[in-house]
Amino acid sequence: MEILGEGQGELLAWIDPEKHRHWVRMNKCLSMKDKVMNLDEAISKFVHDGDYLAMGGFGHVRVSMAAIYEIIRQRKRDLVFAGKTAVHDLDCLIAAGCVSKVEVAYSFGHELRGLSPASRRAVETGQVKVAAEWSNAAFQWRFKAAASGLPWVPAYILMGTDTFKYSSAKIVRDPFTSRPICLIPACFPDVAIIHVHRCDRYGNCQIDGILVEDLELARAAKRLIITTEEIIPNKRIREEPWRTCIPYFYVDAVVEVPYGSHPCNMPGCYYFDEEHIAEYLLLTRTTEGTKKYFDKYVYNVKNFDEYLELVGGAKKLNYLRKLEKGKARFTYPWIQS
Amino acid sequence: MARPNFTQTEMMIVAASRLLEDGKTVFTGTGMPILAALLAQNTHAPKLAIIYEAGGMCPRKPPTIPLSVGDSMTTHKAIMSASMDYIMAFIQAGYGEYALLGAAQIDMYGNINTTVIGPYSKPKVRLPGSGGANDFGSLCWRTIIIMRQDKQRFVEKLDFITTPGYLLGPGAREKAGLPRNTGPWRVITQFGIYGFGDDREMTLLSIHPNVNVRDIQENSCFPIKIADKVETTPEPTDKELRILRSLDPYLIVLRK
Repeated sequence: MEILGEGQGELLAWIDPEKHRHWVRMNKCLSMKDKVMNLDEAISKFVHDGDYLAMGGFGHVRVSMAAIYEIIRQRKRDLVFAGKTAVHDLDCLIAAGCVSKVEVAYSFGHELRGLSPASRRAVETGQVKVAAEWSNAAFQWRFKAAASGLPWVPAYILMGTDTFKYSSAKIVRDPFTSRPICLIPACFPDVAIIHVHRCDRYGNCQIDGILVEDLELARAAKRLIITTEEIIPNKRIREEPWRTCIPYFYVDAVVEVPYGSHPCNMPGCYYFDEEHIAEYLLLTRTTEGTKKYFDKYVYNVKNFDEYLELVGGAKKLNYLRKLEKGKARFTYPWIQS
Repeated sequence: MARPNFTQTEMMIVAASRLLEDGKTVFTGTGMPILAALLAQNTHAPKLAIIYEAGGMCPRKPPTIPLSVGDSMTTHKAIMSASMDYIMAFIQAGYGEYALLGAAQIDMYGNINTTVIGPYSKPKVRLPGSGGANDFGSLCWRTIIIMRQDKQRFVEKLDFITTPGYLLGPGAREKAGLPRNTGPWRVITQFGIYGFGDDREMTLLSIHPNVNVRDIQENSCFPIKIADKVETTPEPTDKELRILRSLDPYLIVLRK
């Protein structure tokens, strides 16, 4: 195939699919076994300094914030982050100094809430390096390629733009149509962490609501930690097998963490805690404030239960459940009049 | 002259909503684009299929405006909660009629920047990047861009081409490999509505009430062509304003 263009971004988390197949055979457990463990154990076992990390969900929707806080508590460093619609997950890790490199489809922003002060500071001062640019479709198709055991998938995106120029994709002449087509390289993250609504002790998972790119990401990552609102009996999985979106083969650890996505949105369960997010966005405007935030909510709490008490306990969590059903008054304290 | 009973933001959203034909699909970014799609759905286009990149397909009017294109409001009474692969494949296969996007900078060919202000290696402001914009702008049939207009935003040369417009002019999209007959269709600002003719250069089609042609040119670094017959955008009706304000009761977008 004739190569018509090559992005100059850094090609990260790509390996020859032949090597990945071999790695899977040597390292993944194909028999159904109990994988339940504590969060601190799962993070210390499967997340290492320098790892390429991808989070499931959508940046501030169904993200495993409990795992993010544990990564911060364990002071992991030099993580490379898949900024595929990364929002509060990435911003917290950058603010706490855990990340040195990001591949960006959407990063450093809080969607309608505006830009993330801590991330902007880090990237504009060069403390965090942007390794490559992507689009959302491109990023998830990188996972799709990896999930399929292929080196790339073709797509009609990125072409003609600087997003392509700073990506690690290539444009070739398609031997079927004779037109240019963009090849999106596979991405095999070292570790992915996905928060789900329920799963059994073996890691057979059910997700309610949108799947984002978790079907693909779960299969692309070498190691997969599942945090879950609830662990259910295997019998329930078998009663409705069509609801399983991630089977146990891919899963390395199962951790039960109710409200594990707080302060983010868990579809069908609880809505954003805008009061908490506003406090975070206000404090992270300065480095002193950032330190204060993490001291208060991460370093000086023993575990996630203690954190939940600190952010308002049962009263707050019930309110967030009502909000999700549209049965309480929404507030947006980060709005500046 | 009496002070109008609507804001520039409201004029922009109303103008965008009127462009959306009933029974088509629309793919939107956060903020003004979401409101424009919701307004259309709740006025003249009840069968407009609003679709979000993270998987929400055809939701109904939510209790509050989505803060994220992936939050629970994007699946409120929807027909499907799909995945991003599903939605992006859907538009790549030709099912995406309208894309509705915001932008930080635009040039005369409708190329847009949402990645960086200043040099790439040493950014003055690092913006979030493409998100789904490059995908929508590459793959949807008609892209509508809704943004404020001034000389910082309407620039001769973008700091970064995040999402393709007509690139360098006629034929450039096709030459680059992008699907045929796609591209920017309308641009809406606080001053007017623009389109792109055969030369693929931005052209004024309609001017909003109380705006001069002088405002159009003085707030752009590139020359804007003027169509032979420029229309005047009708003011938002009381009904449009009432419904629009009910869609964003907490004034998250409309306060601006």
